[in-house]
Amino acid sequence: MTLNAMHPDIIVIRHQDSGACNLLSQKVNCAVLNAGDGRREHPTQALLDALTIINRKKKIEGLKIAICGDILHSRVARSNIYLLTMLGAEVNIVAPSNLMPKEIEKFGVNTFTDMKKGLMDCDIVMMLRLQNERMTSSFLSSNREYYEYYGLTPDKLDFAKPDAIIMHPGPMNRGIEIDTRLADDINKSVIKEQVELGVAVRMACLKIFCE
Amino acid sequence: MKKQYFINANIVDPYNSINENGGLIVGENGKIEAIGKKVNTNNLPTREKPIDLKGKYIFPGLVDMRVFVGEPGYEYKENFRTLSNAALSGGVTSVVTMPNTDPVIDNVSIVDFLKRRGRDKSKINIFPCASLTQNIEGTNMTEFGLLANKGIIAFTDGVKTIQNTSLMSRIMNSAKDLGCLIMQHAEDYHLAKNGMINSGIIATKLGLSGIPDIAERIIIERDLALLEKIKCRYHISQLSSASAVEVIKDRKNEVKFTCGVSINNLSLNENDIGDFKTFLKLSPPLRKEEDREALVQGLKDKTIDVIVSDHKPEDEESKRLTFAQAATGASGIETLLSLSLELYHNGSVKLETIIQALTSNPAKILNINKGNLTIGNDADFCIVDLDKPWIVKKENLISKSKNTSIEDKKLQGKVTNTFVKGQELFKI
Repeated sequence: MTLNAMHPDIIVIRHQDSGACNLLSQKVNCAVLNAGDGRREHPTQALLDALTIINRKKKIEGLKIAICGDILHSRVARSNIYLLTMLGAEVNIVAPSNLMPKEIEKFGVNTFTDMKKGLMDCDIVMMLRLQNERMTSSFLSSNREYYEYYGLTPDKLDFAKPDAIIMHPGPMNRGIEIDTRLADDINKSVIKEQVELGVAVRMACLKIFCE
Repeated sequence: MKKQYFINANIVDPYNSINENGGLIVGENGKIEAIGKKVNTNNLPTREKPIDLKGKYIFPGLVDMRVFVGEPGYEYKENFRTLSNAALSGGVTSVVTMPNTDPVIDNVSIVDFLKRRGRDKSKINIFPCASLTQNIEGTNMTEFGLLANKGIIAFTDGVKTIQNTSLMSRIMNSAKDLGCLIMQHAEDYHLAKNGMINSGIIATKLGLSGIPDIAERIIIERDLALLEKIKCRYHISQLSSASAVEVIKDRKNEVKFTCGVSINNLSLNENDIGDFKTFLKLSPPLRKEEDREALVQGLKDKTIDVIVSDHKPEDEESKRLTFAQAATGASGIETLLSLSLELYHNGSVKLETIIQALTSNPAKILNINKGNLTIGNDADFCIVDLDKPWIVKKENLISKSKNTSIEDKKLQGKVTNTFVKGQELFKI
């Protein structure tokens, strides 16, 4: 295989098809770092999200975390569900039925189609990007209706704890899944911090695999 | 050909209700001369030396109703010669070939080619299907009458489904007028869109789009509703879900039709897909263990008529891809019988029922005189060591493509000899 001939220490792969990094890891002789695998997993995103939460809340165990939006097409959601439940958080999944993966409750999460109920008493509100590029047929009627029912707005955020923080893996669709004022609210949004810690987490991953 | 005498065999021939220890005499013309317990050492001519099978089993040659051969167009995946060698090693002596070739089997001129190739290269009986629609596009019907006159045994779009209900009713009308058998692969495209495996926890975990079982049920219910009005010969190629079995069970008393199941769906479930095993990307997909159990029960209570191999040879390049890009299907004609016998060995289904679903039932649906050991018929049969243990290894497969769904599986029971028209064409 030509990739092996280059004698790399690490291959970092992001691919649109789920399982692509598994396939690659079977064929090459070096470490393979998953940087986004179809709609299945995005482990470094989950690590940086966990780090951001620990920075702000000093713990993960016992926190109530809502993950909201396009869960069906989201690799970020799946990785975060694995990691955050493993670290002892209670995870609420909020999505319209058309964007809710089948049997997701078997991952040990609570599911809600009513966003207000799903945000009730949450410490963390994690919004996901609506992945229009992965939607091949009509999952939703319109962006404005989606914003009305599933966009994060101040009135919906009021159902979460007063000190709740807002997260988003980026890039954001402002005015669709999140109100732009909330996205930029330095008292509530930790989105920029996520990006910054993302660099640190990925540096750490590279370092571990190079040694 | 010399006359052949086999004695001390366990003969199972469901068509003639034979299930007894006895012998078989094959005449010089390759036809069956005598069969059953009356054939034993006491009444054979003393100058003849009979072959003592020492309790091995004799079954009629298997009739496999769903086989993909690469000719024409995909000869690198499988040709008639490699297919027939693979089939013989699994005790299969008659196959129904699917029309999903390049070009598609959809007109009279290509049938001549197919028959010639089948005759020259194949050692087993080939019964070709033609497509229901031209170029398998699901829009215009093929010439059922003319194609049937040329020797086409049944009509199907193979891996495709007729989506258009109006077209389906016209197809049924034509099939009724001309007495043709039509076979449907039941899957609603809109519900199954982009789907790769069963819709559920495994699809969610692997991040793959799912195919819900309702996609199968809706087409079956639609077709049975049409069939109530238009009574034609109609067969559902493969069931995959408990929900479909339930519908079939409900409707079989009211409407006349038949249905089959792939050995893959009887033996495996979605958990076997593990870490993106593309060899288990199948159509219909493997579903839950409850679905598999319902299919086994359906076979047992004869709701399901036929077991097929759904033999779909794919070369390594078509499978060594991501799950989304990999081809669908598994090679299975060689392991069809041994894997089916697993259901007998584990006590799920009676041996006679399994053999019936592999021999006389498909022959009856196809209206061919195969899959039985009636005196005067071609001596197409296999000899099976019912308990012989063996392990499936892809390097030992005879088929040109090695995409088995059961690599490394331990099986019990193996074909040791296969005969077509009295000639021994396979021997271990």
